[in-house]
Amino acid sequence: MLLIVLDGTEPAPGVLGLAQALGGPVHAVAFGRDDDAAAEIAAGLAKQGVGVLHTLRHPLLGDYGPEAYGEALAQLVGRLRPEGVLAAGTDHGTEILAHTAARTGLPLATNCLSVTGGPRWQLTRVRGGGMLLEDAELDAPVKLVTAAQGAEAPSETAVRQECTVEEFLPDLPQELARSAIVERTPRGGGLTLATAPVVVSGGRGVGSAEGYAVLEELAGLLGGVVGCSRVATNNGWRPHSDQVGLTGTKISPRLYVACGISGATQHWVGCMDSRAILAINTDPDAPLVQRATYAVVGDVHEVVPAIVAELHARGVHPDG
Amino acid sequence: MSALPSRAEVVVIGAGIVGNSVAYHLAEAGWRDIVLLDKGPLPDPGGSTGHASNFIFPVDHSREITALTLDSMRQYEKLGTLTTCGGVEIARTPERVEELRRRLASATAWGVPSELVSAERVGQLMPFVNTDVVLAGFWTPSVAVVDPLQAGALMREQASAQGALTVSAGTEITAIHTEHGRVRGVATSRGDIATETVVICCGVWSPRIAELAGARLPLTPAVHQMIDVGPIPELAATGTEIAYPIIRDMDAMMYERQSGADLEIGSYAHRPILHEPEDIPSIEAAALSPTQLPFTHDDFDPQLEDALELFGQLLDTPGAGIRHAINGLLSLTPDGAPLLGPLPEVDGLWSAAAVWIKEGPGVGRMMAEWMTHGCTETDLHGADVARFYPHQRTRPFVRARANEGFNKTYGIVHPREQWASGRRQRLSPFFERERELGAEFFEVGGWERPQWYESNRDLLAEFGDRIPERPHEWDARWWSPVSNAEHLAMRERAAMIDLSAFAQFDVAGPGALGYLQELAMAQLDRPVGRLCYTPVLTPDGGFRSDLTVVRLGEDRFRVITGGADGARDAYWFRSHLPADGSVTFTDVTSGVCTLGLWGPRARDVLSAVTEDDVSGEAFAFGIAREIVVGEVPVLALRVSYVGDLGWELHAPFEQGRALWDAIAEAGARFGVVPAGIGVYGTTGRLEKGYRLMGAELDAEYDPVEAGLALPRVKAADFVGKQAYLAAREAGPAATLCTLTVDDHTSSAGIPRYPQGGEPILTPAGERITDRKGRGSFVTSAGAAPSLGSYLLMAYLPPEHAVEGTRLLVEYMAERYPVTVARAGRTPLFDPDDTRMKA
Amino acid sequence: MPDGLEVLVCVKRVPASGARVPLTPDGLHVDTRHLGFTIGPHEECAVEEAVRLVGEHGGRATVLAAGPPEVAEQLRYALAMGADRAVLVDTGSDELDPQATAAAIGQAVAELAAEKPPDLVLFGDSSADAGHFQVGVRVACGLGLPIVGGIKGVEVGDGVVRLRREVADGDERYVLPLPAAAGVREGLNLPRYPNLPGRLRAKKAAVHTIVARPEPGGLRTVRLRQPADEATGPVWLGRGAAAAPAVVDVLDELGVV
Repeated sequence: MLLIVLDGTEPAPGVLGLAQALGGPVHAVAFGRDDDAAAEIAAGLAKQGVGVLHTLRHPLLGDYGPEAYGEALAQLVGRLRPEGVLAAGTDHGTEILAHTAARTGLPLATNCLSVTGGPRWQLTRVRGGGMLLEDAELDAPVKLVTAAQGAEAPSETAVRQECTVEEFLPDLPQELARSAIVERTPRGGGLTLATAPVVVSGGRGVGSAEGYAVLEELAGLLGGVVGCSRVATNNGWRPHSDQVGLTGTKISPRLYVACGISGATQHWVGCMDSRAILAINTDPDAPLVQRATYAVVGDVHEVVPAIVAELHARGVHPDG
Repeated sequence: MSALPSRAEVVVIGAGIVGNSVAYHLAEAGWRDIVLLDKGPLPDPGGSTGHASNFIFPVDHSREITALTLDSMRQYEKLGTLTTCGGVEIARTPERVEELRRRLASATAWGVPSELVSAERVGQLMPFVNTDVVLAGFWTPSVAVVDPLQAGALMREQASAQGALTVSAGTEITAIHTEHGRVRGVATSRGDIATETVVICCGVWSPRIAELAGARLPLTPAVHQMIDVGPIPELAATGTEIAYPIIRDMDAMMYERQSGADLEIGSYAHRPILHEPEDIPSIEAAALSPTQLPFTHDDFDPQLEDALELFGQLLDTPGAGIRHAINGLLSLTPDGAPLLGPLPEVDGLWSAAAVWIKEGPGVGRMMAEWMTHGCTETDLHGADVARFYPHQRTRPFVRARANEGFNKTYGIVHPREQWASGRRQRLSPFFERERELGAEFFEVGGWERPQWYESNRDLLAEFGDRIPERPHEWDARWWSPVSNAEHLAMRERAAMIDLSAFAQFDVAGPGALGYLQELAMAQLDRPVGRLCYTPVLTPDGGFRSDLTVVRLGEDRFRVITGGADGARDAYWFRSHLPADGSVTFTDVTSGVCTLGLWGPRARDVLSAVTEDDVSGEAFAFGIAREIVVGEVPVLALRVSYVGDLGWELHAPFEQGRALWDAIAEAGARFGVVPAGIGVYGTTGRLEKGYRLMGAELDAEYDPVEAGLALPRVKAADFVGKQAYLAAREAGPAATLCTLTVDDHTSSAGIPRYPQGGEPILTPAGERITDRKGRGSFVTSAGAAPSLGSYLLMAYLPPEHAVEGTRLLVEYMAERYPVTVARAGRTPLFDPDDTRMKA
Repeated sequence: MPDGLEVLVCVKRVPASGARVPLTPDGLHVDTRHLGFTIGPHEECAVEEAVRLVGEHGGRATVLAAGPPEVAEQLRYALAMGADRAVLVDTGSDELDPQATAAAIGQAVAELAAEKPPDLVLFGDSSADAGHFQVGVRVACGLGLPIVGGIKGVEVGDGVVRLRREVADGDERYVLPLPAAAGVREGLNLPRYPNLPGRLRAKKAAVHTIVARPEPGGLRTVRLRQPADEATGPVWLGRGAAAAPAVVDVLDELGVV
C-alpha cells in the first residue's frame, strides 16, 4: 500500500503519477479536516483510484505546523506500515515528509521524477533544481518520496473505486504547538513573479538599476512583471524577490523575455519551464540565447525601447 | 550565423586581441578571404583577453617588447579604447631602487618619458599609498588601461567593412590538414576550409592547435591570481573606471589599480601554478570562463598582507570585501618572450601566441608585415618562434623554465642571469675536462659553455694589475675578473676555447652555390678551401644573420653560425631550399665539435701536434684545410673572432676529447690556458670591433650602418640586395661606433660599468635619435683588457659618429662621460690585423 | 540573553559550476578538477544572518561544516565573513547521504552543546548541489529543537525567534521559543564579501576538528547524469532595433499583447 499526502484537498499530479507507476492500492492522508470536508475530498479521491482517506485529527493540526504535521504523519506511518509515502515537492509537502523522516529515522528521497518499485526502489531525482539528474536506490521498510515539479502526471485513467474515510487521532505532545504558524498574510492581489503570464527579466546586460525602467514599461504593456538574474540581485539593482532561478523563484509563464541574461544554469533552471522564451542579447552564442525559442541579437537598451515603440505604434497601451 | 566559406586565403584561429589584430592588419595589407574562427562566443571567447587586467606599462628592458607595446598603445588610442592614467612602479628595497634606476635607462633608451620620484611624490600621485614602506617610485605618465575586447570588435568590424573578413564564433578547429609538410586546410565543427595559410592566435590553447598539425609550441598555461576588493567609497566617488595611477608594488610582485569602485589586486608572487593545455576546461564546464579558474586562497594569502600594508587605507574600508577572485590563465614560454612567426615544422602554419594585452595590436601589425613581405619593421628575433631547438620545445623543459620564470615577471633579472633549470641538455665532448677545470658554465642554445675557468684564478696574480676591480655587486654579477686574465693570457701566449655550440650545416649538390649566393651578401664563388664571412639579409636589407661559409668542394659548403641563432638560421636556410632537389641541407651540429686555438703561440702549439704544415705561407688566413691533430682528422679554419693568430679546429664529435687532450698537452709547454666565452664573446671581440648578431646586428640596421658594407656588390642576386643597394646610396642614418668610458666614477665614488642597453646622450644630456627615429643605446659593453679601457658599442647618427666626439652614457640614473673612439669597423686593437694574419 | 546569543551555522562545501555541471566518467561525482568550491547561496545568507545577529545581540557565531578536511576552505570563508569560530566535522572523503550527514552534524553539535548549547541553529534550506531538503530538520529533531524551513526573515528577542517565510500564496510567520533552528533561503539578506583583514584573521584562526564516521542511511546514489538538452537554437528575429516589428508579430502570435 502506498500512502499519498494531499496537496491541499487533492493529490498533486506528479504524486499520483509516481503512485501509478509503482502500482498497488493507494491511500491518502489529509490533516485536520472535519467530516464534511473529508467526505468531499474522499469523493474526489474515489475518481483517482484512492481507496482510503486517512484524516488526521488533533487540536494541534488545526493550522499548519511542521513539527505537529510531521509527528502526526509519523505515527500514522507507524500504524499503517505502508510500502511508501509520497508527497508533493512543495514547501509544505517536503517539510512534512522531512519531519516524518527525522522522527521515524527513515530515509527520504526528495524531488523524484520517476520511481520503480521492488524491495528497493530505483528512482531518479532532480538535483540542483534541474542541473543534474541522480539515479538512486532507496532501501527502507517504508520509503518516503517527494515528487519533483516535473514528475509525470498519471498516464492512464484510474479505476474508480469507493474511497472510505478513516480517522486517525495521533498523540501529539503539546510542546509541538511551538512551531505552529502564527500568522498568514495572503499575497496581495495582482501579479506575482510566480503567476504572471509574461515575465520581462533583465541581467548583466541591463547594466544598472535605472536600466530596468524600460523593462518595466514593456512588462506593463504585456500585462506582465519584471524579473531579474542573480547578477542583478547581487549588484543591488533589483530585490531578491524579483530573482528568477534556482535560489530565487522558479517560473513557468507563457512568455519569458530574457534581456541581457547569458543564462548560467542557476538561472536556466528557474525559467526552463516557460512556454516560450525570447532572448535579447549582444552575444548570439550565450547559453540562454541558444536555448531560447526566439532571439534578437542586440543591446537591450536599443532593442527593448524599439519593441515598446512598435507596440505603441500598433496601439497597445498598458491595460489595453 | 553566416555559412563558412569553403576556401580562404588565410584562416586565423582565435578571436582574442591577437587574432582580431592579425586579421585586421592582414586586411589592411590587402589580404582578402580572411576567415577568423573561435570556438568561444564573441565578443569574449573565454581566453585570456577576457579577464586580463588590461593595463599597459610601456617600459621594458627589451627594445623589441617596448616597440611592440608602444605601437599597440598607438593602435588602442586610435581605436578610442585607451585611457591614460599614469603608473608608478614602487621600490620597497634598496635593490629595487637600483632596478628602477636601470628601468629609467631603458625608458630613456627607448624614448618613453619616465622619471624617478620620491616616496612623497608617490603619495601625491596616488594618495592612498602608505608611503612609509616606499623608498622611491618610477613614474610613467603614459601608463594606460585599454579595452582589448572593444578594440578587437572594432578591428573585426573594420576588416569586415572592407569585405575582407568572415568571422565565425562557436567554431572549433578539429583538424589541420597538411600535405608534404605544408598546410592545405582546416576542419572545423562547422565544415572544412581549404587554405594554404593558418595563423594560431589561441593563447593558452595554442600548443593544442599546433599539435593538430604535428608542430610543437613551447608554451604552458600558468595562473596569475587577481582579486577585486570593493566597494570603496573614495574610488566610487571618482565616478569613473580609473582616476588614479596604477601602482606596481615591484618587491611584493603585485599591482593595484582602481577599477570603478574596486581596487583590483594582481600578483606574480605566488608559487608557479602551471596547467596543461589539454586540461583547460571547456566553456560549458567552466564556472566563469575556461581561463578564469577557481581562486586558490592559500596561494594568495601572503600577498594580502603586502596589499594591506600598502593600501590599508582603502582595503580596511568597512563593507569593502573581496568581490571577485580568479586564478586567471596566461601563457608562459621558456624564456618569457612571445612565439611569433612561421612554425618551422609546417609550411604555411604561423604562430602569434604568448602575447600580452600590451603587445597584441603591435603583434598583429608585425605578423601581417611578416606574412606579406617576409620581414618586419621591428626586429623580432627574441620573439621568433623558430628560436627554439628541439629539446627546448619538449614539455618537461617548457614546464621547468616556466616554473622558474614565473616569479621573474616582476623580478630583478640581471642581463647575464643564467637559468637554473633545464640545464646540461647539450654537452660538448670537452665538458668533463672543463668541469675538472672548474668552468663556470653559461648556457647558449641549450649548450653548456665555460664562461671562465676557476682554474685560471692563478692568472690574477700575473695580470691582476691590469684588471680593474668591479666594486659594485651588480656590475660584477655573473662576471669574474678571471675572464679578463684569460684574455690577457691569450694575447700573451694562447688560449683554447670551446666553440662546440656553433650550429653547423652542410649544403651540397649542383645547386648549392647558387642557393647560397642567393642568401649571402658576400661573394661565395671563391676557390675551394676558402672561407668567407657574410651577412645574411632580410628582404628589406636588415640583418637576418651573419655567419661563416666554407667552400669544402665545388658543390659542397659548410655553414657555421652562432649557437644562439642556430635554430632560426636553420629554419631560414631550410625554408629557402629550391624545390627541384638540387641542394641538400644537413644539420651537422651534433656531429661536429669545435675547439678554438688563438694567441701568438697558437702556431707553436698546433705544429707540435700535427705533421701538416701550418706555417703562415702554407696555411694563410682565410683558408680551411683538413689536417690531422694527434690522431684526430680536423677541419682547421684559419679565422679569428678575437683578433689573434689561430684556428678553429672542427673535429668529429666523438673524437673531441682526444683533440682537447692533444692541444692541452702540447699547449702546456707554451702556457696555453683554457679561456671562456667571456673572452670570445666580449673582451676579445670588442677589442677587435666585431659585431654580434642580436646585439649590434638585427633587422633594424643595415650593413652600411653596421660598417659591414663590402667594397663591391656582387653581381649575383641575393635576398635584400635592392635594399642594400639603396642603403649604400642613401648613406647611413647611424653608424656603429665604439666608445670608451672616460670616467667610471659614480656619485658614490666607486667605478661603475654599464652592462649594455643604456642610452647614449648628448653632452647636454639629451636623448640622441637618428633620422629614422632610432635612439642611440649601448648594444654591447665590456672590458678591453689589452687596451686598458672599457668599451661600448652604439649606433650614432652622423653628427655624433665622429671620432673624438664627447658624449654621455646614462647608467643607473647617473651619467658618465664617453668618447667616440672609433666610427666604423676598424678595430681599436691591432687595427691592421697583423697579429691575426701573422 | 546575558552572554549574548550563541548561534551555530551549518554550511556545506559545494562545487561552483558554470553553464553545465561536468561529471566524472563513472558518473558518481561532479568532476571538480576545474571547479572551485563554495558555500551554497542559502548558507551564505545563514552565515551573514548569524554574523548580524551576534553583532546586534552579542554572543558568538560558530560555523560548522561536515565533509572532507578540505571543507576548512569554506569554514575560513565564513570566518572571513565574520564568524567567530569554526568547527570541522571530518567525515572522510566519501560523499555522505543525508541521514549520515545529519548524524555526523548531530553528534558534533551535541559535543559542542555540552560546553555551551546553541540558542539558534541556522541551516541553508537545502544544499546547492544535492538538494535533499532534510539535513537541517533531521539535526534539529535529533536535538529536540523546533525548526521551520524556507525562512526569509529572522528576528530574535524576548527569548523567541520570529521567522518569516514566503510560500506560494503568501507569507507565513512563526514564533519559536529559543533554543530553536531554522532553514533559511537566499533573499534573507545580502551576504557581505569577506574583507582583507577578515581573510587574514580567518587564515590564522584555529579550526576545531571533530571526527565522525556515521553509518550510511537508506538512500544510495547510483549515478549522476546530465539532463537531456534539446537546445536546437532559437528562431532569429533580427538584429538591434530593426528586429522590433518581428518581435511584436511574435508577441501577437503568442497572444500576450
